[in-house]
Amino acid sequence: MIDEVLALTTREIKKWFKNPFLLFMMIIQPIIWLGLFGKALNLTGLVNIDTSGLPPEVTQQFPQLINQALNSLFGTEDYFTFMAAGMLSTIVLFTAMFSGMSVVWDRRLGFLNKLLVAPIRRESIILAKMSSSVLRGLFQALLVFSIAFAFGLQLGNSFGIFDFLGIFFALFLLSLGLSSMFLAITIRIRSHETVIAVANLLNLPLIFTSSALFPIRQMPDWLQAVAQFNPVTYASDSVRTFVLHSQAGIDIATVAANFQFLIAFAAIFTIIGLMLAQRGLSKN
Amino acid sequence: MAIIETHDLTRKFGNLTAVDHVSLSVKEEEIFGFLGPNGAGKTTAINMLTTLLRPNEGSATVAGFDVVKEANKVRSTIGLVPQDLTVDEDLTGMENMVLQARLYHVPMSKAKPRISEVLGLLGLTKAAKRKVETYSGGMRKRLELGAGLIHYPKVLFLDEPTLGLDVQTRVAMWDYIRKLRDEQKITIFLTTHYMEEADTLSDRIAIIDHGKIIAQGTPYELKESLGGDIIEITPYEENQDLKEILTSLSAVKEVKNAGNVYRLKVINGEETLPRIMEKICANNIKIRKVSLIEPSLDQVFLEYTGRTIRETESGQEDVWRMRRYLRRVRG
Repeated sequence: MIDEVLALTTREIKKWFKNPFLLFMMIIQPIIWLGLFGKALNLTGLVNIDTSGLPPEVTQQFPQLINQALNSLFGTEDYFTFMAAGMLSTIVLFTAMFSGMSVVWDRRLGFLNKLLVAPIRRESIILAKMSSSVLRGLFQALLVFSIAFAFGLQLGNSFGIFDFLGIFFALFLLSLGLSSMFLAITIRIRSHETVIAVANLLNLPLIFTSSALFPIRQMPDWLQAVAQFNPVTYASDSVRTFVLHSQAGIDIATVAANFQFLIAFAAIFTIIGLMLAQRGLSKN
Repeated sequence: MAIIETHDLTRKFGNLTAVDHVSLSVKEEEIFGFLGPNGAGKTTAINMLTTLLRPNEGSATVAGFDVVKEANKVRSTIGLVPQDLTVDEDLTGMENMVLQARLYHVPMSKAKPRISEVLGLLGLTKAAKRKVETYSGGMRKRLELGAGLIHYPKVLFLDEPTLGLDVQTRVAMWDYIRKLRDEQKITIFLTTHYMEEADTLSDRIAIIDHGKIIAQGTPYELKESLGGDIIEITPYEENQDLKEILTSLSAVKEVKNAGNVYRLKVINGEETLPRIMEKICANNIKIRKVSLIEPSLDQVFLEYTGRTIRETESGQEDVWRMRRYLRRVRG
């Protein structure tokens, strides 16, 4: 069974690397996101307001006040760092959204039939789709991380290899859970338009009811309640905690709670996805 | 010994019975042709025999294994070359073969020589390192055929193996299929809606229409069952006496007329035709057109169903082009 999954995952990854345009898009997309979104919304720029009419004692305090405000809001003075950390989860979500797409294509092109007549387990087919989607998501996240670093991501001064691994473990769980979730939703769908519609319906709510781009503390109560059930929140918070790891250390209890949620999320949807494999993939 | 056996195999889709109580048996190492018009139920039957669809009724065994209860054992003993092109266009010919070998659990040490053997057999050795995207229609079909052979299947199912191919490529494909049977010693079960394909390629044929088997036998037997040749006579104007005059000839076994066209079933058409003409001339009847039709599977089909097999070749290439296009656009 492991060899079946490996063989099929290799196929997906090979296809992906043989498409230079796709690779190019994958690199350019996060640059656009980080560049436009992260830098355009650079709240630190608020310091440059016109202060000519105010006495110097007040204006001298201004940067400090704003930094304090930003710090209490985002946990860092740099919104770009806050956003870039959330962007890692967002990009994982974007990749996972289309995990079901390749099933639609395989079904359309008859490749799925070829797999169904082969003496392999149905679960292998689903596992290969999950693992290739996860690998793709993590690769994208690694790209975003590197690009964000080049654009001025400010890592906490105690950031180390374990924080790096922690980030990617959190993203792995998020990616696995979301890929399985979207696969489960779209497994019986036969048109790619429907898959795109489902993805579009879910992606904005998932991003904006999470702490990916904005802290949930500033949200109205009902929205905070929704955010409590959004895995993107837990992944974003975990990633951010590791990115901002300073001498003050990390609140282990919070990290553990975040991971608890993410592990449960990934496990539940992986199991649902595998359970649907037998019936969902077959013809009629 | 029968390698494929079905008893009352039935599959319904809603109100439509796609395959209706089909019973047949296929002998080892023969090429069995499943002939019928589009939509007759051929692909549905193949889907049941290859475990893709479950039958609603009846049973089938392939190589001794039940297609429902022992689906996985059936899967490892058969190869399927479906109607669609299912090789992955983004991979090379070789990569497709390796993937196939891994899906059938053929260890690499065994798969490597087998892959080169099969590629050689199908004349694809040179193209093996190229992306399938660059292959011609015929090459793709051959690669598809090769992929179905990697795991030494006992039965190879070919669903419309020459659909959409041009005439030369089709003839070449037939040679490859015969070669496979002779050199690989496997049973081949093929579906087709091309009469001449079923006729030249198959050892035995089953004709299917509206889900039911309407005739079964060797191409020779089926043509013999027509009971002779067919002569069609079209006089200038309808003549009440013509039918009687024709029936009076001893070589004429049967006369049917559809309006002004008289369809005669005769023994030894080439020799009987002049006798008929003499008789007609003697009776002063003017004839517009006469044709002598040698027995063919087309005639067999016509005989049993009253229709000819619909030819629906156009548009196939467009569909493929669209698919190729869509695949390239995919993100």
